[in-house]
Amino acid sequence: MVQARLRQYQVVGRHVPTEAQPNPTVFRMKIFAPNEVVAKSRFWYFLHQMHKMKKTTGEILDINELVERNSRIIKNYAIWLKYDSRSGTHNMYREYRDLTLTGAVDQLYAEMAGRHRARFRSIQIIRTGVVDAKDVKRAHTMQYHNSGIKFPLPHRIQRPPNKSLRGIYKAVRPNTYYH
Amino acid sequence: MVKLFTRFVEIGRVVLVNYGPDYGKLATIIDVVDGNKILVDGPDSGVLRQVIPLKRVSLTDLKVKIPRNAREKTLKKAWVTEKIVARWEQTTWCKKLVAKAKRAALTDFDRFKLMVARKEKSAIIKKHVK
Repeated sequence: MVQARLRQYQVVGRHVPTEAQPNPTVFRMKIFAPNEVVAKSRFWYFLHQMHKMKKTTGEILDINELVERNSRIIKNYAIWLKYDSRSGTHNMYREYRDLTLTGAVDQLYAEMAGRHRARFRSIQIIRTGVVDAKDVKRAHTMQYHNSGIKFPLPHRIQRPPNKSLRGIYKAVRPNTYYH
Repeated sequence: MVKLFTRFVEIGRVVLVNYGPDYGKLATIIDVVDGNKILVDGPDSGVLRQVIPLKRVSLTDLKVKIPRNAREKTLKKAWVTEKIVARWEQTTWCKKLVAKAKRAALTDFDRFKLMVARKEKSAIIKKHVK
């Protein structure tokens, strides 16, 4: 089974209490990161853009991983994001089909890198959500909402059963018509 | 007109995993994620419910009648009522796989016995067919 590269964390933090402000506001953020260290770092990165505080003047109260409740059926995930291209900043809405949200976010980062050459550092996820089949906007997700879906695999290349058996040269041209 | 394709990616299609840790096990398509990935489950053969790329599976001629996103229980029941395991074992494909596994498990002495047996067989055939 392929594990998602990213995980979802809930990070809770605030400014360190001072004499002027003994009860600082507590902030909570949901963050996609490969591990807790990166999640905490991203938390401060996002928070210092909105409030005057940083890692040295703040404290993390709590961090825990959020795991998918139902990872047994395929859902449509909608992701709203902001990314910096070479010429400007753009907002975007994207849809993915996956078992888990972290899987969908993985797909997102891979696709943003492929289609828009956007790296992890230039992508900010604004909001995520699960959309019902009737609310889906993109045709490429809509086309799989059919329980009678049926398509052949017209062109395939036979693969060896494991990586070590992969060869560079073949004596015969592969037959691409098989199932 | 000749039918070009007989095996399709569809819900209920039985597939043979041909790459990765579940190599050689049978599973059933539960849902289609996208053009390259499917959700499979194989409670009978020990394939956990998972998303698998279509590159890692081969489609078989077998198909079970199940609803989309079927539970393990319904799938197991469908396999029993449609006798999937027995039908699979009757296919030439399965027989070849079994024979291949058997041949790979032979010891040197087994191979020698096989050689002798083949010689005897061809001698008998030669006697009758001239």
